[in-house]
Amino acid sequence: MRRLLAAAMLSAVIASVAGTGLAQAQTLRIALREDADLLDPTLARTYVGRIVFAGLCDKLFDIDEKLNIVPQLATGYEWADPKTLVIHLRPDVLFQDGEKLDAAAVKYSLERHLTLPGSFRRGEISAMDHVDVVDPETVRVVLKTPSGAFLSQLTDRAGMIVSPKAATQEGKDFGLHPVCAGPFRFVERVPQDHIALERFSQYWNSKDIHFDKVTYQVIVDSSSRLANLRAGAVNLVEYILPTDAAAVKADPKLRLVVSDALGYVGVTNNLANGKRADNPYGKDARVRQAFSLAIDRAALVQVVFNGMYAPAMQAVSASSPFYDADLKVPERDVAKAKALLAAAGVKTPVPLELMAPNNPDTMQAAEVIQSMAAEAGFDVHIHATEFAASLSLSEQGDYEAYLIGWSGRVDIDGNIYAFLHSHQANNVTGYANPTVDNLLDEARGMTDMAKRKALYAEMWNQEVQDLPLLYLWTGRNIVGMSAKLTGFRPVPDGMIRVQGLELGK
Amino acid sequence: MRGHLGNRIAQIIPTLLLVSVLVFCLQQLMPGDPALVMAGEERGDPQVLAQIRAELWLDRSLPVQYAHWLGNVVQGNLGYSWRIRQPVAQLIAQKLPVTLQLSGMAFVIAVLIGVPAGVIAAVQRNRFWDYVANAVGLAGLSTPTFWLGIMLILLVSVDLGWLPPSGYVSLTEDWRASLATTIMPAFVLGNAIAAILMRHTRSAMLTALDQDFVRTARAKGLREWVVIVRHALRNALIPVVTLGALELGTLLSGAVLTEQVFSIPGFGKLIVDAVFNRDYPVVQGVVLVTAALYVLLNLLADVLYVVINPRLRV
Repeated sequence: MRRLLAAAMLSAVIASVAGTGLAQAQTLRIALREDADLLDPTLARTYVGRIVFAGLCDKLFDIDEKLNIVPQLATGYEWADPKTLVIHLRPDVLFQDGEKLDAAAVKYSLERHLTLPGSFRRGEISAMDHVDVVDPETVRVVLKTPSGAFLSQLTDRAGMIVSPKAATQEGKDFGLHPVCAGPFRFVERVPQDHIALERFSQYWNSKDIHFDKVTYQVIVDSSSRLANLRAGAVNLVEYILPTDAAAVKADPKLRLVVSDALGYVGVTNNLANGKRADNPYGKDARVRQAFSLAIDRAALVQVVFNGMYAPAMQAVSASSPFYDADLKVPERDVAKAKALLAAAGVKTPVPLELMAPNNPDTMQAAEVIQSMAAEAGFDVHIHATEFAASLSLSEQGDYEAYLIGWSGRVDIDGNIYAFLHSHQANNVTGYANPTVDNLLDEARGMTDMAKRKALYAEMWNQEVQDLPLLYLWTGRNIVGMSAKLTGFRPVPDGMIRVQGLELGK
Repeated sequence: MRGHLGNRIAQIIPTLLLVSVLVFCLQQLMPGDPALVMAGEERGDPQVLAQIRAELWLDRSLPVQYAHWLGNVVQGNLGYSWRIRQPVAQLIAQKLPVTLQLSGMAFVIAVLIGVPAGVIAAVQRNRFWDYVANAVGLAGLSTPTFWLGIMLILLVSVDLGWLPPSGYVSLTEDWRASLATTIMPAFVLGNAIAAILMRHTRSAMLTALDQDFVRTARAKGLREWVVIVRHALRNALIPVVTLGALELGTLLSGAVLTEQVFSIPGFGKLIVDAVFNRDYPVVQGVVLVTAALYVLLNLLADVLYVVINPRLRV
């Protein structure tokens, strides 16, 4: 009898535990690949943090699927002159603490980005001189110099407007309880686990919001992210591994959305950053051209990423308005590569150390490059290094070639200026070409798209000769979601816009 | 015995001090500039880097940094996370109960499986059940935890839909949901330890069963289960308790892979993320607390010896 009772009790416990539902009422669950950092638009710097901001903080402007700049908290803008940007604000917008969003609040946020100690936005809007409040619904942003990329910066964190009252009260701790003008307000955060937001009922565009809550769940392991999606524990996974994409496609309950991303991956070459540049690869452009010709970029992305990424020869993807269609990805040409090495008069095999962060994808790509380059006469030694250590080594010039990527910015300037222009801190190659510098400077100071594109085309002609940076592929956003989820907009910045998202029956 | 315990307690403070110095020095050997990691993609701005270095005391000498940190620790302040600005003590207070629950459940599962299996294997030496227990034990030892974790998620959560695939709910919030989220990872963790416990229990039991006092007990006409459980097992448990304390200590910081697979926001994940992000205050705080727990667990094992084996009470 006692055994029977024990068995019954055990079954009851198991049944009650097992019955703990997976069902969630009107909660959108989004799986993130890693934990966000501080939730303060001025002090934040991670990619996944921006995904959380997409639910929390609206921006002056947004971008659409085709990278057009569209108004969000603004209703429009005009350039009064090349250095004066006039922004018209949406009336009747409230912050999540009930305060009104007006021109004074916009001025406060932009100036905060520029002056708050430790601000990560300062570099993005360094062209800004000052902000004038014209009237409660109009601000005038005056720049120090004309800037073609300035407006695009306002489509990301630099364009997020925070509540002046909350930001003043909280100071540097604002990121622990952020208050913005987005569709969802901050509720709680358990580091490395989840960030919970709840619907802000007075959101200006509340008709497009169809959830009561949004939870951003941190699931670092890619297999586990996929399993959570398949089990229905999350509705959307912001990053599916290219090698997992087929499993999502094959599942009728799921949907895979793939779109061009803003970033790229390439080989950064040490041309003049310290003693490690003193070798044929660093000093003779023909050797680098030979290396570039030895790599079959299409085969590389096919082998390592199941063909999900796009082979590239430039820093933006084909969907960017700055994409140079004339700059074709070169076909692999081993004979020509060998001829270039012979012309350079180097002894083969040419030894080359390729530094690569030691994550599985990058290591696999490095190995494919190693074997392709070997056929053309290179002896590539892979230096697998933990990411943070590789960054330091590249800064110190303690590398020959470095396989590394960049998450990308809306305007091409954010993808190339700091890397190719001389004396920029992100230019770890030591590359300094006055022609390239002039073209980059000139293009940066213009707002006319056609003229900028022409200048960039000229710049690329020089870059592919010198190859300080050897572009390999541009990324794609691979998003997995429940087939019941509708209204998803694949925007190249990879952010999950919650406006319009809806869960069907 | 009391003197022995007193000695062990007196060793705690110098041990922890040594650990703190070691951690502080060792993390300086880690390649990679923390300021560069903190700056993320804004690392191109020298002003940003200088500001980070000044704010985090990275521009001071190592002894000054250490003295500053130790001074705060003595006052109960473990500092704050460089990455997310939360106090380290708060992070530990959030994560420690999670890992304690997970480790506790894993340990109970390990003991419930490992000790009986070891006893059966010893009693049934070189017979069918011994072979079965050994085979299961070997499988448990040689199965990678991340693989077992993923397989369980696919079977139990994706295919059968019985349990949530990952995440964590605290016991105080909803005990049923808490058990539902932790039972699978606890099993995965406990499985490997059960195998170790099984093998040690088996060998300790075999030694005990050969002893004179067991023969005497049998000669007195005691029932076999009484001989095994009350006489042999009680003596065999001494080395098992030592091992158990060590394994429990390992569980506290060694559950990283399991926590990763099941997205459990525990201690292991906290320290691994902190190392990769060069979040030094978190690394130091977590190592110090883990070391303290380790020392305490071993002290507890010393006390348990005395409880289990009265001969040590002299």
